[in-house]
Amino acid sequence: MTLFLQYLAAGIASGSTFALVATGFVVIYRVTGVINFAQGVFAVLGGFLAYSLLQAGVAHGLAESLAVLITAAIGLVVGLVALGRRGTPPLASLIVTLGLAIFSYAVVITTWGDHPISYEGLSGLLAIGGVSMQRQYVLIVGAAVVTFLALALLFGRTYLGMALTACSSDQRAARLMGIDVWRMGLLAFAVGGGLGGLAGVLLTPLQPVQFDSDVGIAVNGFAAAIFGGLVRPVTAFAGGLVLGVAEAMVAGYYRSSYETAIALAVMLALMLWQASRRAPSEE
Amino acid sequence: MPEGSEPLLEVHDLVVRYGAATALDGVDLAVGRAEMVALVGPNGAGKTTLLDTVSGLVAPAAGRIELRGRLAQVPEGRRLFPEMTVEDNLRLGAWRVRDRRVGPVYELFPHLVELRRRKAGSLSCGEQQMVAVGRALMGQPDLLAVDELSLGLAPQIVDTLAEHLQDLNRRSGMAILLVEQNARLALDICSRAYVIEAGRIALTGPSEQLRNSPAVQAAYLGGAYEA
Repeated sequence: MTLFLQYLAAGIASGSTFALVATGFVVIYRVTGVINFAQGVFAVLGGFLAYSLLQAGVAHGLAESLAVLITAAIGLVVGLVALGRRGTPPLASLIVTLGLAIFSYAVVITTWGDHPISYEGLSGLLAIGGVSMQRQYVLIVGAAVVTFLALALLFGRTYLGMALTACSSDQRAARLMGIDVWRMGLLAFAVGGGLGGLAGVLLTPLQPVQFDSDVGIAVNGFAAAIFGGLVRPVTAFAGGLVLGVAEAMVAGYYRSSYETAIALAVMLALMLWQASRRAPSEE
Repeated sequence: MPEGSEPLLEVHDLVVRYGAATALDGVDLAVGRAEMVALVGPNGAGKTTLLDTVSGLVAPAAGRIELRGRLAQVPEGRRLFPEMTVEDNLRLGAWRVRDRRVGPVYELFPHLVELRRRKAGSLSCGEQQMVAVGRALMGQPDLLAVDELSLGLAPQIVDTLAEHLQDLNRRSGMAILLVEQNARLALDICSRAYVIEAGRIALTGPSEQLRNSPAVQAAYLGGAYEA
């Protein structure tokens, strides 16, 4: 039972990072209609930037925060390039993000090399209900929950958030209100970049990252986002947790090499079940 | 347009193309301050394209648009944000202006007060049209452009909304450009009208004159007009 709870804790922690990446996918897709294939890159860059800042002597906490802010700025730049001129079709933007993701490999290898990096997170163990878990897990889950609540407040309670929601609901109507849909798209990319960066700085102490780690992170995040139909942040968040727990259980009780494949199969089964519930019944 | 009044909106020789297709071909139109002007025509004549171009949603290929004031558009089909509440829809209408108080809209449409926490998507078509008009008014426009006010609404609701528009025009001096397929309604409540066909202005003049035009009667009023 203790082992199960430990796997569960680890799964919730890694699932929280998937949830952050998934929420980034959702925020960008809702506002711009673009599936951002560079979403995993933000996590990788977040990890590398925090690593460099820590190496330069910047204190823990500040280094990670700066890394998140820088990845948000990188998100803005990715948005500028991907969205291009006003009226660029989402499919063209999608291809641009794919190109930028590949381009990032060159940037990361040139800047940091091709070896994996990691750094120390919160050290020590925490015992909750007889189950001891790494304190970094608790930090990850806490940060993800706080971030998610902050996003819920942004979208649900602020005028700016309402405008972002309006862009995702009906771009033509939003433009008639005078809302600059293109600028809102850039803001969404910045938020997406920050979310990816946050996932990266939280994950790197547990799981070393290298230039091509974005694929695994993006696949998990995208699967979680798809679970919410790419538009529902709450469901995407839940999808991230399901995926994380499923992977931790597979790695713990069976083999870690199968964790992603089996977890994705679980997600696929859940999505088929969801779809069957939504489909009109045929008499 | 009334003599001596400075036009609020002037459109000169406007051309709009969608690829190879010409949607508007040399359109001239003017709306004076405190005027109610109708733009009538069949489906696909270019009415919505003209509104969208004036609103800045569509870029013209040629021509000139001079707008001396604020414009707000009530789009065809209402286009509310369905998952947002009525009040949030209204508040978003004030994106361009600082004043986000919804009180004046509730004074105009008291029925919306009890609906203010309801999701806009759950309202009836008539209620949605009230919200759409209210949302546009939140932008404090000098010119209110209404695209297909009567679309999909019961005649009684159309009459009520038309009365509200006339009242707004009379009391606040807000100019109104009413884009309608329902020519009878448009000619009844507007003092002047344009008839657009295949992207060109086919006829223009006082509503009274157009009402008596055999061409307008045959094409849009179902024969002889009876007041």
